[in-house]
Amino acid sequence: MSQTDYDQIVQLLCDRLADLSKTPEESISPETNLITQLSIDSIKLLGLIMEIEDAFDISIPINALTDIQTVHELAELVHKIKSAS
Amino acid sequence: MNLLEKLDAAAAARKSLLPDGIGAFGIPIEEVYSATEARIGDRRVLLLGTNNYLGLTFAPECIQAAHEALDKEGTGTTGSRMANGSYFGHRALEREFADFYQCSGGIVFTTGYQANLGTISGLVGPGDTVLIDGDSHASIYDGCILSGADIVRFRHNDVADMEKRLRRLGERVETTLIIAEGIYSMLGDQAPLAEIIELKNKYRCILLLDEAHSLGVLGETGQGLVEKTGLLKAVDFITGTFSKSLCSIGGFCVSNHPQLEQLRYVSHPYIFTASPSPATIASTRAALELLRKGSHLRTQLWKNCTQLYTQLKETGYQLGPDPGPVIAAILDTPQQALLMWRSLLEHNIYVNLILPPAAPEGKSLVRCSVNAAHTSEQIKYVGDTFAKLYNLVKS
Repeated sequence: MSQTDYDQIVQLLCDRLADLSKTPEESISPETNLITQLSIDSIKLLGLIMEIEDAFDISIPINALTDIQTVHELAELVHKIKSAS
Repeated sequence: MNLLEKLDAAAAARKSLLPDGIGAFGIPIEEVYSATEARIGDRRVLLLGTNNYLGLTFAPECIQAAHEALDKEGTGTTGSRMANGSYFGHRALEREFADFYQCSGGIVFTTGYQANLGTISGLVGPGDTVLIDGDSHASIYDGCILSGADIVRFRHNDVADMEKRLRRLGERVETTLIIAEGIYSMLGDQAPLAEIIELKNKYRCILLLDEAHSLGVLGETGQGLVEKTGLLKAVDFITGTFSKSLCSIGGFCVSNHPQLEQLRYVSHPYIFTASPSPATIASTRAALELLRKGSHLRTQLWKNCTQLYTQLKETGYQLGPDPGPVIAAILDTPQQALLMWRSLLEHNIYVNLILPPAAPEGKSLVRCSVNAAHTSEQIKYVGDTFAKLYNLVKS
């Protein structure tokens, strides 16, 4: 996968996270922390993961999310799984 | 934030929701009078917040069996079966569960929670996959986490969504365990078992069905969803609990796969815990006997379920899709749910309050558990009280 793919993932994540957290999309960046800055709780995160799985036709095991804190880390995980599929 | 400050933060969040410290969770029950009544504070309340589905908590046969076991074998086994040995009762109950489900083998666990933990973590491990319903009970999630397998969720009771996820797994389906529940504990709905089995066969996976809430409730002899659907032989592993219809504590797993026996040697939740006490095993054996021939109890239970479900539905409450012993009123906000829960208690009715994240999809629930010992008058009183309080939560 290319940088363009990564950028597309970040774009999708920012779009969905803005909606979920009721935060303006322009204030969300790859460095934004999902929990401390956007208050994304476990329920919202699991729902988001299902949406991402469907958008990219991939499987994201929820135990892979343990260390994910930022938008960038989540995008990188999706990027890695998508590249391997 | 240090370890203790994290707990303080959680306590503060809870306090903001329950400002006067009302004990909605872990409420002190001072005295239990019967399968349907108890004292909370100075109130004699109707119990609609237990999982005593067949109403057997005071069954004389179970009490007598427990007494006799206490006298004969003492208060506890004081150790694990692996190290300290298996009593006659442990082995007898395993044979009786295997016989009940027409299976070649059965294993008894110390709690229902451990039955799922022990079975799941014994069946799958790192590199394997578990495909679970999004509304699965915490014991299933925790069993999956303990196993180290990859955990993939499908949308609750959505078979098309499940197949999409099976397809994405590719060759990994060969080492995939699918897990579903006979009756889901939050909304009381049932798994679409026939469709799930169709997919399990198509993709050649293994299926585990947790009958915790459906044991004693569904099917002519109370086996659960497997009996109601006639699909007993198509399910690979069945787990369940003693703490609902069987009115004690413990859990089981049965299967026709001979590999079930190996769980005893690889499953930490089986190995590293004390085995069930003699009295627990004895009362469970007596209760299983009553459950098997308890079609009259199931008839009464379903009469009560239908009566309450129908009345709440007609009043306007949003409920789960299926009538059953778990009847949850789905409310918009935690505040509404708390208000309803508290008002019901003021009317001497005890139900369960379930708030996010315990309830699915951020919902808040006031959950009733109906049992066979409730009288028609008691059920009517509950339904009438819900109707009287409807304006509190009407949107």
